[in-house]
Amino acid sequence: GIAMDLFGDLRRMNKRQLYYQVLNFAMIVSSALMIWKGLIVVTGSESPIVVVLSGSMEPAFHRGDLLFLTNFHDDPIRAGEIVVFKVEGRDIPIVHRVIKVHEKGNGNIKFLTKGDNNEVDDRGLYKEGQNWLEKKDVVGRARGFLPYVGMVTIIMNDYPKFKYALLAVMGAYVLLKRES
Amino acid sequence: LRKNVEDFTGPRERSDLGFVTFDITADILNGKHFGIRTLFIFDWNVKQLFLYLSAEYSTKNNALNQVVLWDKIMLRGDNPRLSLKDMKSKYFFFDDGNGLKGNRNITLTLSWNVIPNAGILPLVTGSGHVSVPFPDTYETTKSY
Repeated sequence: GIAMDLFGDLRRMNKRQLYYQVLNFAMIVSSALMIWKGLIVVTGSESPIVVVLSGSMEPAFHRGDLLFLTNFHDDPIRAGEIVVFKVEGRDIPIVHRVIKVHEKGNGNIKFLTKGDNNEVDDRGLYKEGQNWLEKKDVVGRARGFLPYVGMVTIIMNDYPKFKYALLAVMGAYVLLKRES
Repeated sequence: LRKNVEDFTGPRERSDLGFVTFDITADILNGKHFGIRTLFIFDWNVKQLFLYLSAEYSTKNNALNQVVLWDKIMLRGDNPRLSLKDMKSKYFFFDDGNGLKGNRNITLTLSWNVIPNAGILPLVTGSGHVSVPFPDTYETTKSY
């Protein structure tokens, strides 16, 4: 009868609303991804925003600070610059300062880094037998920074339960939010 | 900004090692070389300055070499006037090869990295630099 029709309508409307919310959510995620990809293109760096993980650059940078990088191909590497690099074979980016540069006429550069807060240079961190870094090891040069903001990602890394809780809350919010 | 330097080189099997002593007199606050922000380098958004003295030179092996000899962190609130005499370089001045011997044109410059509380990280080079020539022979007996 009429009640069954109404009930049917209600169930259908809720399903439509659900699809709508899911699509909304997917759009937000896609836009975020597009912005991130856009940043990668514009800065030339595979990782334009990094979080400082150690205290080796204190008192300038502390664990949890956020760094903004560029990695333009024509930017020369010069002593005093703060670079973010990865040691071959390792995934962790390291943020230190360039203290020695030797550049050949053809553009080939080799350089040495050291953390401001470290006693010795980074040779101990490089690969076995490696004495210098090259351009290919560079993720980017630090151009700007924001303090503390990166702490969220460190907490999420160290306490996965917190990460899942946060995702659950975000998911619930997006799916249940009603547009009036 | 003024530096006086003496020098002598030490022998190494494969690479030249240079020894440099220097004086630094610098008045960071009142530098004329800043252009716009002459008097306010240490404004509310500057957490610290990372100062470094670097040597730049050319050799047969490498078109451009830069070696940081000395650095210092100057926090906001520290005395902005530097008057360091007879400083030895903090880090070993190794060349990549033997390009220091007889090299007449080593340029020492004082630069600094401005670390803000938040924002851009500029690298500034001070005006005024000093040229250092290295002698043609190695020192064998001087102790450092």
